[in-house]
Amino acid sequence: MDTRFESKEHKVKVGLAEMLKGGVIMDVTTPEQAKIAEQAGAAAVMALERVPSDIRAEGGVARMADLDIIENIKRVVTIPVMAKCRIGHFIEARVLETLEIDFIDESEVLTPADNAYHVNKWDFKVPFVCGCRTLGEALRRIAEGAAMIRTKGEAGTGDVSQAVKHLREINSAMKSLTVISETELYGVAKEHRVSIEIVREVAKKGKLPVPNFAAGGVATPADAALCMHLGAEAVFVGSGIFKSDNPEKYGAAIVNATTHWRDYAVIAEHSHGLGGAMKGIQAESIPAEEQLQVR
Amino acid sequence: MNVQDKTVGVLALQGDYGLHEAQIQRLGAQFREVRLPRDFEGLDALVMPGGESTTMNILMDRFGLREPISEFGRTKPIYGTCAGMILLARNIERNQSGVKPFGMIDIDVARNDYGRQIYSFDEELIADFHGEKKAFRASFIRAPRVTRVGNDVRVLATFRESPVLVEQDHILAASFHSELEEDTTLLEYFFRHFLLDTATP
Repeated sequence: MDTRFESKEHKVKVGLAEMLKGGVIMDVTTPEQAKIAEQAGAAAVMALERVPSDIRAEGGVARMADLDIIENIKRVVTIPVMAKCRIGHFIEARVLETLEIDFIDESEVLTPADNAYHVNKWDFKVPFVCGCRTLGEALRRIAEGAAMIRTKGEAGTGDVSQAVKHLREINSAMKSLTVISETELYGVAKEHRVSIEIVREVAKKGKLPVPNFAAGGVATPADAALCMHLGAEAVFVGSGIFKSDNPEKYGAAIVNATTHWRDYAVIAEHSHGLGGAMKGIQAESIPAEEQLQVR
Repeated sequence: MNVQDKTVGVLALQGDYGLHEAQIQRLGAQFREVRLPRDFEGLDALVMPGGESTTMNILMDRFGLREPISEFGRTKPIYGTCAGMILLARNIERNQSGVKPFGMIDIDVARNDYGRQIYSFDEELIADFHGEKKAFRASFIRAPRVTRVGNDVRVLATFRESPVLVEQDHILAASFHSELEEDTTLLEYFFRHFLLDTATP
């Protein structure tokens, strides 16, 4: 195994991901929204210029957020603040690191800066989270130094089906690793273009070596609990909160459902009188070239 | 009474409670996740895990846990790590999100005082368990710093002059995360010193 996995630096990066477990990470675009998210019970906020559904609607190139937005959000909350950089854009990542952001999301929601390579995340002190659809994608990002993995889902749709698909896909691929032979593990490593050591590690433990969260289309309390049931260890909610009719109540209800994901009576009790969820669009109706998950 | 007969509650509102559960299991005790007041029934001790103290504080109010935890802490042992330490403290400095601490241990803490995530670190430290010295690893992740220690508080370990592991009566608090380790030294101490001692009258 790459000795960097055993380093103190990596340990404290994964450590912060561990601390976010069981929580909800909410997209926010203003300090006011960040305060609402914190009071709703968010475990962290993601500082952005536009939520994914607006990025999708408005089009154009989506980049790292305006630094003043990020700084202002950092100032008003005590929970960790995350921000997104474009895939492969290691300078945006360096700038965010300089701002002492707590976690960077190298995200397919922004327009990729490099169509061949992701950021070499080992080079940074700040931890990274990356999206994935399959076990191979997850393991490649982990091999690049990601301290947390999340599903890609299909961001900005409010349709949870793609996050569900990605969680199931990764789970079943991991489960199969636990029962196949050593010889076959070499085949898996080759197929996924990752080292045999990392494949062996997943085969031994039946789970990823870093926390695995859900993201992309989570829009309701029940969606969040569904993702937790399918093995997600925490939930990212993008457009779902501030595109709902009542973000304060909606945010709180999603947090409650994530905490009490096994207790359906509690989920129901706290899901009354929320007003409407974000409108959303069916993910499968989006043409392939407009899907964010393929990035 | 043996450790196998003990049930340790783990506050499971948010955070790395799963890592504490794994350690509790490894030492042979039972655990139960605590999310609602009814979950306190028959518990012998409580662990308050790492995570976000702001989030836990809000959820404790939302689900009616403040009173049961206060009541439990009057007589039963509690171990808090990082966010757990913040909640157990007397006062919180720079408390802009309005976390209401339980005041079960007479210390003041300043949240995130070692800095934001890029300043998080991992160190080998020495604890003095009432004369028995033991080395342990400690990850400090956006950790709280203990800024005042009352007269009745015993300091078991320090890092660069700041207390990082403290106890008073049946309350143990760490500003780091013992649960991130394979090594269970600190939980063993908690069990031996607080959980098993309290069983003998």
